[in-house]
Amino acid sequence: MAHFIDRRLNSKGKSTINRQRFLRRYKQQIKKAVSDAVGQRSVTDLESGEQVSIPTRDISEPVFHTGKGGQREAVHPGNDQFVTGDRIDRPPQGQGGPGDGEASNQGEGQDDFVFSISKDEYLDLLFDDLALPNLQKNQFDKVIDYETYRAGYQTDGVPSNLDIVRSLKGSVSRRIALTGKDKRRLRELEEELRALKADKHENTLAILELESEINALKAKIAKVPFIDTFDLRFKNYDKRPVPTSKAVMFCLMDVSGSMDQTTKDMAKRFYILLYLFLTRTYENVEVVYIRHHTQAKEVDEHEFFYSQETGGTIVSSALRLMDEIVAQRYRDANWNIYAAQASDGDNWADDSPFCKDLLLNSLLPVTRYFAYIEITERQHQSLWREYQTVEAATDNFVCKHVQSVSDIYPVFRELFARSEQTAQSGG
Amino acid sequence: MAASTASDIKRLSDGPDWTFDLLGEYEHHIDRIAKNFRLDIYPNQIEVITAEQMMDAYASIGMPLNYSHWSFGKKFIQTEQQYRRGQMGLAYEIVINSNPCIAYLMEENTMTMQALVMAHACYGHNSFFKGNYLFKTWTDADSIIDYLVFAKNYIAKCEQKHGEKDVEDILDSCHALMNFGVDRYKRPQKISLQEERNRQKQREKYLQSQVNELWRTVPDNKSRATPQLVRFPSEPQENLLYFIEKNAPLLEPWQRELVRIVRKVSQYFYPQKQTQVMNEGWACFWHYHILTQLYDEGLVSDRFMMEFLHSHTSVVMQPEYNSPHYSGINPYALGFNMFMDIKRVCQNPTEEDRYYLPSIAGQDWLDTVHFAMQNFKDESFISQFLSPKLIRDFKLFAVEDDERNPFIRVSAIHDEPGYQAIKEKLSAQYNLSNNEPNIQVYNVDVRGDRTLTLRYVPQNGIPLAASKDEVMRHLHRLWKFDVRLEQQSADGEIEIIAKCGNKTRGA
Repeated sequence: MAHFIDRRLNSKGKSTINRQRFLRRYKQQIKKAVSDAVGQRSVTDLESGEQVSIPTRDISEPVFHTGKGGQREAVHPGNDQFVTGDRIDRPPQGQGGPGDGEASNQGEGQDDFVFSISKDEYLDLLFDDLALPNLQKNQFDKVIDYETYRAGYQTDGVPSNLDIVRSLKGSVSRRIALTGKDKRRLRELEEELRALKADKHENTLAILELESEINALKAKIAKVPFIDTFDLRFKNYDKRPVPTSKAVMFCLMDVSGSMDQTTKDMAKRFYILLYLFLTRTYENVEVVYIRHHTQAKEVDEHEFFYSQETGGTIVSSALRLMDEIVAQRYRDANWNIYAAQASDGDNWADDSPFCKDLLLNSLLPVTRYFAYIEITERQHQSLWREYQTVEAATDNFVCKHVQSVSDIYPVFRELFARSEQTAQSGG
Repeated sequence: MAASTASDIKRLSDGPDWTFDLLGEYEHHIDRIAKNFRLDIYPNQIEVITAEQMMDAYASIGMPLNYSHWSFGKKFIQTEQQYRRGQMGLAYEIVINSNPCIAYLMEENTMTMQALVMAHACYGHNSFFKGNYLFKTWTDADSIIDYLVFAKNYIAKCEQKHGEKDVEDILDSCHALMNFGVDRYKRPQKISLQEERNRQKQREKYLQSQVNELWRTVPDNKSRATPQLVRFPSEPQENLLYFIEKNAPLLEPWQRELVRIVRKVSQYFYPQKQTQVMNEGWACFWHYHILTQLYDEGLVSDRFMMEFLHSHTSVVMQPEYNSPHYSGINPYALGFNMFMDIKRVCQNPTEEDRYYLPSIAGQDWLDTVHFAMQNFKDESFISQFLSPKLIRDFKLFAVEDDERNPFIRVSAIHDEPGYQAIKEKLSAQYNLSNNEPNIQVYNVDVRGDRTLTLRYVPQNGIPLAASKDEVMRHLHRLWKFDVRLEQQSADGEIEIIAKCGNKTRGA
């Protein structure tokens, strides 16, 4: 006789550990595939994981097996035209025809091994070993928010917090505790009474006595109240401070005539990375796009990346707009403000010192981190030099130079590489 | 059956949804019919699982549990991807050669499919596992699950003790040589969990002492007088993993145990490789007979039968060589048709059958199929029972492919002169010794630099594939001294075709 077992509810993911081992073993290849894929995502696309493709030969498990060549025989079904002795020319590219019956099954194909990793795995790989600078030391010093959370039960409280199920449980157990013994006795007496009544002999006295005892017990049981204040349980709530989890990211970009689409694409990659990275620390990240030529304007994502403008360049206009927006919308101290500026380095020469002042005096004191990347193959100009003095003067401003698409991810990693100091304070 | 009137036949519900009660009822009838056909089985343990659990089972080579290794993760990812993209359906069942015999049914199956799967796996495969001589000799159904528990725990313990990386390296190398971890001639000893644990400690010590003896470097005056005459091993050894487990000079005791575990698992699966056609054929033969009988008894509806026949025919279909679906001979088709043909030859032999298959023509069919199931493997089964009629039905033809010729040649077809040749060639196609390269441990330079030499003897001039270099690196990881692979060509010439060594090592 067979024995049936329903295993459907057993824990799934028996292979999770093996899958993780696989991912860890091929981390290098997977990381490469991940960083290759960075450029193809929309800035705010966070929902999806990533398709990862690594070369099959890298993950093959070698065994001794026979190769091509030599003499082989193979038997095939469905002969429709051949007689003994027929000769069939080989197809031009090696063995392709019916003679290929014993081809190896060891996966010598050149197809890549493609599989998906989840969003979390993707981000883990992408930002492996990176950390937000300056985060630890300021995160808790401006705690404003409190969150209410459930903290068990109490015996007193307002009626709206009454937990009915819990209270009734108390009621039931109290009644059992108080009446259990009597009920048992009652059952015994009733049993006796039935026995007496069934008896053929006269037992009137004994019956009467029993009945009065039964009635007394019943009355006693009935006196135990259905619900008592003792049973009542109220939900208890408490408050605790929460670290702020709001962040805003300012994307500043020069859209003057000198910035072409490729330069913008490079900047976009940088923004994507920063955005993804921030979402790992903060629950919700708002993005503000500011583009500028001689004037700055707040725009939406599409316009930011794809509309073309011409004209000169005044970088301070964007910084000033950012300052205004911060003052209007992100004054609140629990906003964590990050900014990324991308430019080809062009600026009206007289404007650059002004930018420096704006940064040092108004923006950097309220920003967590300000990153400037200059995408150019030419000589650095006044803006770069001014910014370098800013970088030297403060610790939440960096400027980096990017020449090609392939520089973006390395530069990003360089910016956020977990330094000795942050690693220690993070521990 | 004839006695039962229409009124006392209670037709079983044909679903399409199944319930556990219904499964039980079907199983009851299947069991009754199977017993009538004298199918001797291990007790069944039937487990219903989801698609995801099925993929887990795939990944751990069909076993209910296995040690952790990245390659199983890779297998899982592969299966999952293919399944998600719809490139592959999952099997309806997996059955494990254990006692009790564990069979997995997929939750998604309809009632008909569950009945089919129970008849196929829990009675077909199960009785094959219990009856076939190879399984009897090579595997121990009582202890395999216990052994896997032991292996999993042991390996997990090693990982804690010696680090995942080290354990993984050894396992990788063992997996590379897994196909050469099989004794083809010796009968393996039975193992049980308790024994295994008790013996494991002793073995560690004993093995190490044996190895130390072999590699003793204290000069022995007597043997010095006649240097280099000792050959080790005295005869070539085909079981590479066994040889390494017993003789590798520098392996730690726990590493030897890992080698042993991989070797044991490999050995356990060895019979399955040799009986694919028979095993599947036998299972199909019986699900066909059992379900047909259910129908004859009026227990199942026409609808049930139509669904069953639909799946059955697609399972035992053999695409022709020029069909886009063709990927070699379908073991289900060949096996099923061969067993059906044996039954036919027993019941209605023709003159031709009496000539070609005199030993079974006209015999009792049930006796004969049981005899065939018990005493053969694919290779011998085909050479014994493939009838000319079946060769004609399949329109089999043999193709000779010699790399020295610019063409391939049809060497035999399904005609009178070709029957014998086709039979031999098809049989050879299932001969594992033809399919797996013949590589043996040939020599160890015991008194010299401890080089291990393997010898490959090609068959029909078929060379080893390029992966050999990679495998030699794995071998070197286990042996830890130079390893060499030489090839002995037909004219006796020896040529070194791969080697791997650590030249910087001072020893």
